[in-house]
Amino acid sequence: MTTSKPVKNIPPHPMDSLLRTERIPHIWCPGCGIGTVFSAVIAAIKNTGWDPNSIAMVSGIGCTGRMAGYIKLDSFHTTHGRALPFATGLKLARPQTKVIVVSGDGDLFAIGGNHFIHAARRNMDLTVICVNNLNYGMTGGQQAPSTPLGAKTTTSVNGSPEEPFNFSYLASACGATYVARWTAMQVRSLRSSISEALEKRGFSFVEVITPCPSSFGRRNRMGSALEMLKFYHGRSVIRGDIDPKDASMDIDKEIVVGKFVDIERPTFLDHYEKFNRPQMPPWRSMHPDNQKGR
Amino acid sequence: MNGDEACCEGALAVGCRFFAGYPITPATEIAESMSRRLPQLGGIYIQMEDEIASMAAILGASWGGVKSMTSTSGPGFSLMMENIGLGICTETPCVVCNVQRAGPSTGLPTAVGQGDMMQARWGSHGHYEIIALSPSSPQEMFDMTIRAFNLSEYYRLPVIILADEVVGHMNERVIIPREDDIEIINRRKPSVSREDYLPYEADADGIAPMANCGDGYRIHVTGLTHDERGYPAMNAKAQEQMVTRLVGKIRNNRDKIISTKNFYLDDAEVVVVSYGISARSSMKAVRDARNEGIKAGLIKLETIWPFPEELIRSIAPQAKAMIMAEINGGQMVLEMERCVGGACPVSLVGNYGGAILHPNLILGAISKAARGKT
Ligand SMILES: Cc1ncc(C[n+]2csc(CCOP(=O)(O)OP(=O)(O)O)c2C)c(N)n1
Ligand code: SF4
Ligand SMILES: [Mg+2]
Repeated sequence: MTTSKPVKNIPPHPMDSLLRTERIPHIWCPGCGIGTVFSAVIAAIKNTGWDPNSIAMVSGIGCTGRMAGYIKLDSFHTTHGRALPFATGLKLARPQTKVIVVSGDGDLFAIGGNHFIHAARRNMDLTVICVNNLNYGMTGGQQAPSTPLGAKTTTSVNGSPEEPFNFSYLASACGATYVARWTAMQVRSLRSSISEALEKRGFSFVEVITPCPSSFGRRNRMGSALEMLKFYHGRSVIRGDIDPKDASMDIDKEIVVGKFVDIERPTFLDHYEKFNRPQMPPWRSMHPDNQKGR
Repeated sequence: MNGDEACCEGALAVGCRFFAGYPITPATEIAESMSRRLPQLGGIYIQMEDEIASMAAILGASWGGVKSMTSTSGPGFSLMMENIGLGICTETPCVVCNVQRAGPSTGLPTAVGQGDMMQARWGSHGHYEIIALSPSSPQEMFDMTIRAFNLSEYYRLPVIILADEVVGHMNERVIIPREDDIEIINRRKPSVSREDYLPYEADADGIAPMANCGDGYRIHVTGLTHDERGYPAMNAKAQEQMVTRLVGKIRNNRDKIISTKNFYLDDAEVVVVSYGISARSSMKAVRDARNEGIKAGLIKLETIWPFPEELIRSIAPQAKAMIMAEINGGQMVLEMERCVGGACPVSLVGNYGGAILHPNLILGAISKAARGKT
């Protein structure tokens, strides 16, 4: 995020029914790719035809995390890195609600990395959208676990000395039931992947390689937002059939995109009910609404 | 049953149906009991990857409309601090039971401590008020866990139970009341339409009705400073308004929240103040002192926070001396000293943890104070 003037006078939008229009203009920089991802998420939600009152969004902290503040759903903007455990509690308390987690690469894989691997391992029934902008946007562009080796950030002015994670491979290795990666330019594919992820039972994961022109782009001389979009798109190679470990994520060579995983696996609740079913009264008896008291 | 098990039973009795935790001595038995009991009642036990996640998960579950709790001890309590702050800021009902052991750091995992009193008060960043209770027996673990839930649901905040290793592990008879005799308070629900609902608009008593996720209100909940709509408001005025209400809803209702048990106070010249397991050592010492003809009295703190400022202030001028008995190097004694404000001498009977206070130690301090030496 920068302090530059936000874009004003946005015309009425077909997605208004899912937008907190009173909160627009948003804080994202002009040209930021997060808006594109946000639109794709909203379009995919609309596409499901579900009752909006049965969908919730949970985010951590970061530019991406602010999505939760603009969507007109039950929405929770939690602490940095902790969106997944918060969402885990929410989902287990309300299994009938579809819970979507949106957050940045730093939030989900640096400070929240441990939560990510365990939520995937448990196969929590959550849909996780990661805006991978290759750095910490919100705090001004520091090195992240996604930052390419040698890339410049405010905390790696001579080039990052660390090798980045491959998030989609990590997600698949941890047990995600659905894994896809797209660049923010591939809007139609992205939208349909998010739709599929939403419909999927279990831990579904969609990674979006997204331009952050204000920080990552500027420090690495990548030109305008549009040039960045085109650059990532140009590097992308669609390989749906590939083993996730070969789905390379290298902005200097190739960014492999596509759907890498789409499998069935029992969720945490499936197992929990199976092991405990003999004594289980119906779910809803958990709710205070159904308990005595004043 | 032991205190940890009593805590679990109290929680279940008041309607807790979600527990997220991470094992740690001496609180593990709460998690173990929950893992056995919750499935029987249609609830969820989940062992998270750490205490940060546990605290986050109970906040999420609470917004899902289910009463939720976690339990831990020192090291885990430290990890929970950031999300306790999120619970304060977003006004999320839930309960955290800290069965204290001796610190700092890993300290004495299996031995008693009462060193987290100030951490419970100030451990998360920023300025806020908290509610913390301190049980002295398994029976009180049961009763106070119920009260902790009721306070959390009513005042909408994480309520902390500051138990200790001895109370957690001691076995005593616990009387579980009939279901109808247990008072249960559930969070206040909004009575207005979605269009008119302001999630953080408080009623006259400072408490805002709470819509749960899925109730159709499509709330936004954030740990950023927010306005009555729940939307981020990044300015000093909004900060002032929000924190004033968060602090006020506890401070202005402290008469209803604070609870002490007072023994032999009417004519007491030496007043001992204590809590948790130390209150039992103190009780013995005060009785022994009475037997020796010393006019000693005891204030047993059932609520630690908010501190019974007015009570201490009113007692101090009539007392010859006041003593705080606690298993730390002097934490609540500072608060007491502040309230006494020089009206009488104040002293500490304490140790750094690892063993309970022997009643004779407290008796010695009472005798000395009665003779006018502190
Ligand atoms: C515990 C904690 N540490 C640090 C921060 C500061 N912080 C806020 S956002 C952020 C990084 C955000 O990066 P990312 O998750 O990639 O999201 P982006 O802004 O790039 O979308 C950091 C370090 C914080 N809010 N909380
Ligand atoms: S991600 Fe980058 S471009 Fe987007 S709002 Fe944040 S700082 Fe600005
Ligand atoms: Mg980022």
